[in-house]
Amino acid sequence: MKSVTLLLALGLGAAVIAGASCGGNPPPQNPGPVVDTAAENQRVRDSIAAAEADRARQAQAEAERIAAQRRADSLAALARAGDEVRSTLAAMIHFDLDKSNIRSGDMAALDQKVAILQANPELKIRIGGHCDERGSDEYNLALGNRRAQSAKQYLVSHGIDASRIETQSWGEERPLVDGHDENAWSQNRRDEFEVTSGGDNIRRP
Amino acid sequence: MKRRTVGRSDGRKVIVAAVLVSLLSFGPTVRRSDGQDTTAIDRGVRIGIIYRPGVRPGLVMLPRTGQGLDSVRVIVARDLDYGDRFEVITLPGGDSIRLASTTGPRRSSAGGSTATKGATAGALNYPLYQALGADFALDITAAGDTTVATLHDIAAASVRRSVRVQLPRSSDPDFRQAVHRLADQALQAAIGTPGIAATRILFVKDGKVYRIDQDGADQKLVSSTDRQAMSPAWGADGRRFAYMEFQAGKGWLYLQEMGSGKRTAVATTGSALDFTPAFSPDGQTMAFSRATEEGTDLYTINIKNNCCLRRLTVGRFSDNLSPTFSPDGQRIAFVSTRPGLPQIYVMAADGTDQQLFAPFDYGVTGASNAPEWSPDGQSVAFHRDVAGTLQVFVLDVRTRTVRQLTSVGRNEDPTWAPDSRHLAFVSDRSGYRQLWIIDLDTGRIRPLLQQSGARLPAWSPRLTEAPSTTP
Repeated sequence: MKSVTLLLALGLGAAVIAGASCGGNPPPQNPGPVVDTAAENQRVRDSIAAAEADRARQAQAEAERIAAQRRADSLAALARAGDEVRSTLAAMIHFDLDKSNIRSGDMAALDQKVAILQANPELKIRIGGHCDERGSDEYNLALGNRRAQSAKQYLVSHGIDASRIETQSWGEERPLVDGHDENAWSQNRRDEFEVTSGGDNIRRP
Repeated sequence: MKRRTVGRSDGRKVIVAAVLVSLLSFGPTVRRSDGQDTTAIDRGVRIGIIYRPGVRPGLVMLPRTGQGLDSVRVIVARDLDYGDRFEVITLPGGDSIRLASTTGPRRSSAGGSTATKGATAGALNYPLYQALGADFALDITAAGDTTVATLHDIAAASVRRSVRVQLPRSSDPDFRQAVHRLADQALQAAIGTPGIAATRILFVKDGKVYRIDQDGADQKLVSSTDRQAMSPAWGADGRRFAYMEFQAGKGWLYLQEMGSGKRTAVATTGSALDFTPAFSPDGQTMAFSRATEEGTDLYTINIKNNCCLRRLTVGRFSDNLSPTFSPDGQRIAFVSTRPGLPQIYVMAADGTDQQLFAPFDYGVTGASNAPEWSPDGQSVAFHRDVAGTLQVFVLDVRTRTVRQLTSVGRNEDPTWAPDSRHLAFVSDRSGYRQLWIIDLDTGRIRPLLQQSGARLPAWSPRLTEAPSTTP
């Protein structure tokens, strides 16, 4: 719509200029409508300027939109990375019946957590130790504590400051999986890892 | 008086005849109706244990009608039955044959049998009850607003004792406890032993603490927050209890008044995971487990002056937990993992002289947990892993020998009644975990609840009076 207006304005301007250029010939007897040449020129110039300003505004808006999109995209990418890091950090480790030693298969998972904690020095976490329902209810609080401490000791021995890691035991009070078979039990004998602070802007290691 | 005796003598023959007839028709019912949980008993207790159910005296609850005390009689009769001190004899068709009428006004019954008409006010027909196998007869009557419990000694053909109490209205929250106390007085009068009728049991269900009367009535929520709670324990006076609550990643210990519900955090709690509180018998000290980076160890704190935290064990590579005081307050039994898996240990109350308490075979005996010292000091009940499931055991403190009490299903977390012969424990023998009560003398087992998920029971001391509503 605006470009149509612009073309019309240009065409009109060209016709006026053409009319003015044949000043050598005497004007026709019937001169038609009187054209104020100066005003007309001004109007045309204004129109062109307005069109140019309009175009500039458009370009700027477009640039802003693209910039915003780019920001959003990169934030989303960052968040995706953060989620990925967060889920790596939260990955549970598991234990054998009535045991609190770290299984060799879980060491890689703990090593990843070490890397994340090193890349995010402001990050603090809490480790929660859990048990299956087979042991004694109250003894399981002590066992869950051992399990949380095992993971903490592993992280601390790999260079993470102990003050960044809280521990807690839930005993058998918070099963992950309801059920009374080895499948449920083996999933319930676990350490959970949660971020307690510094998790807003988490970076990849 | 003489006239009455003659009259009663005439009546007696008629009653004897009536009862003999009723014994012929109802006799088997009489005997079968006590010991209701016979099937439960059969499923309950075995493995090298020989119970010697002594000869228990028979007790008959005299049937009465029309005095508004039916519920009192029912509660008392059940208490005396659950106390396992008597063979409670149930009379068939209490209304159709009138067996006694000692104090109440003479009343004609709807049945209108000769026996009813023959029974006149006067002394009890002792030979008749002797024939029924009763050693005692308990008669509960009303005299104005006073309830009179008269205990007859059948062999001596006389009244042993009369107890007069003013019971609260049945809508009063203390009504049932007052009736339970009456049952205990009757028991005391009969055999000179305090009963366990006026006691309650705390337990945990869905993370909340409840209390319930020992007869399974009057269940009430007592924990006051939505936070997850564990390990309730009674103070020796029965007026307060302690329990552990999960809060912000820590384990907090709370003391709570039973009457007012007022609760206070135990000093120094909240810094770590504190659990398994246990009151000393004098109520001044609380022992508990505290889990830290170093593992779990036992501590005591003075709860009278909120001071003087004291560490009793230094585990380093082992955990020490679940303390229980001896009734003289001198020793603490507890669980230690120092042999590689949890077993029952004992030490002086100041933490010295730590030693193994319940013997075990290394590499053979399973994990042992949840000790509780009996109120008479002679035994420690605990549970032990046997072939992958838990069973209740009792340690004889003097001989340091253990015996297994249960064998059916999973049985755990035993807690002593104040008579030191009943234990409440958690069992899944009925298909789901709930609370059961076993009498160690007779082997009788009964369910306390019919609810799934009840656990961690704690049996109160004798509750001599209503807990005061103000601290």
